[in-house]
Amino acid sequence: MKVLVPVKRVVDYNVKVRVKADQTGVETANVKMSMNPFDEIAVEEAMRLKEAGIATEVIAVSCGVAACGETLRTALAIGADRAILVETDADLQPLAVAKLLAAVCKKEGPGLVILGKQAIDDDANQTGQMLAALMGWPQATFASKVTIADGKAQVTREVDGGLETIKINLPAIVTTDLRLNEPRYVTLPNIMKAKKKPMENHKPADLGVDVAPRLKTLKVTEPPKRSAGIKVPDIKTLVDKLKNEAKVI
Amino acid sequence: MASLVIAEHDNASLKGATLNTVTAAVKCGGDVHVLVAGSNCGAAAAAAAQIAGVSKVLVADAPHFADALAENVAAQVVSMAAAYSHILAPATANGKNILPRVAALLDCQQISEIIAVEAPDTFVRPIYAGNALATVQSSDAKKIITVRTTGFDGAAATGGSAAVETVAAQGDAGISAFIGREVAKSERPELAGAKIIVSGGRGMGSGENFKILEPLADKLGAAMGASRAAVDAGFVPNDWQVGQTGKIVAPTLYIAVGISGAIQHLAGMKDSKTIVAINKDPEAPIFSVADYGIVGDLFTLVPELIAELG
Repeated sequence: MKVLVPVKRVVDYNVKVRVKADQTGVETANVKMSMNPFDEIAVEEAMRLKEAGIATEVIAVSCGVAACGETLRTALAIGADRAILVETDADLQPLAVAKLLAAVCKKEGPGLVILGKQAIDDDANQTGQMLAALMGWPQATFASKVTIADGKAQVTREVDGGLETIKINLPAIVTTDLRLNEPRYVTLPNIMKAKKKPMENHKPADLGVDVAPRLKTLKVTEPPKRSAGIKVPDIKTLVDKLKNEAKVI
Repeated sequence: MASLVIAEHDNASLKGATLNTVTAAVKCGGDVHVLVAGSNCGAAAAAAAQIAGVSKVLVADAPHFADALAENVAAQVVSMAAAYSHILAPATANGKNILPRVAALLDCQQISEIIAVEAPDTFVRPIYAGNALATVQSSDAKKIITVRTTGFDGAAATGGSAAVETVAAQGDAGISAFIGREVAKSERPELAGAKIIVSGGRGMGSGENFKILEPLADKLGAAMGASRAAVDAGFVPNDWQVGQTGKIVAPTLYIAVGISGAIQHLAGMKDSKTIVAINKDPEAPIFSVADYGIVGDLFTLVPELIAELG
């Protein structure tokens, strides 16, 4: 079974993002970029399926600017067998990405697609579910455990108030939550090896997908700042303030 | 045109998140209808009919809707979509699971986790873990929206008298099955809707040490939460997590104990009315958002606080 792992290049999670003065977006020039952390968990999970003899081939896919090739090299260094870059300078929104991924799925015929539940830049949490819809496949979002057997995936999901387990037919889409696994560190020999692994390049037009954005960003602003309050010297003062000033207890 | 709100419910009762979503739907203009898709969900539908501002409740009752499998519920919503200009669901685990599937089937770009409605086609939503707010305008014929519940006050749960109508239930897609659920049993309120939250961080040191927060939570009738650091360290389960990757909360009182205040945690709680921070590091970023901070050892201060509350 082939496993397809879509990965997104995002501003590194350690970077404190700054809103541009002209309110057109956030500053991304000269900012460290990395693989979306939830996608890293997805690549790790795919590798574990390969090591368990369930996946035969792990294919990483990324959609976006040429530099997404670097993110794909990271996926290859973690262990993916080959990569596909769908290259475009267009502003890609989740529906367009899902359409591009659907086109790739139709070419590659994976048994499973694993990707992050959300990207830490636009925080949309849509792509996996949309891809499942476009392919007519079942979905298991926010996965914390995945077991593949008898042509089905049993997935434990992180839901409000606890966990839920579902069983879905393959092929299927799984999106990862934080506790699914802890991604391995990439080693230098594997980074060297990754440079020799194959990477295909496509354009959205080759895949027959219209990626025109549906949402227009009118402005991007800083959230209202919460000002720091006071430090109280002792618990007695704290309780007094909560009772008589804030009136919350 | 009208708006359709996908109700969050457990068949027997309606979840509070539905009320906030109704408020957002009202702001989009037009009539507000609520879809209750479930199994033996008459009680939830009756509750939905009481919500102020709702003009019609549509009930799709079938065994394969019992556990809100995305494949089945999305197909139901799509079958009813023609009559609506806006389709909204709360940005809960359930809403986030189902609605993008609906959006893709309708060839619409969903607008996730809105916190304000500027116009029927223009919405504000946080990006980058709440470090920026984007105002976006949709060119799609239908607006498919998830609603961050902390961004909208809940509609009144009573006072309405909507008509309840049964709609034809779509069939079981047959590609997914519900196996089971492990719901943490707790006497305490649910984190997402709690008025007071007591939250612990890495500073708690261990899962065992979280026990010292329990009497405090009990005394205040509070829900218990945690930072991602505490969850990652294995102290407490993930569904306690407050933050961008966990739950977004906005209680009246948020007490952060041993939480340094990483950006991703602040994104999940900075809209709380009053924030109290207890931390031994006077430079901890949590103090920059706290209304009342107290510097010291939590293992001394928490028992003192419990005693002082009497």
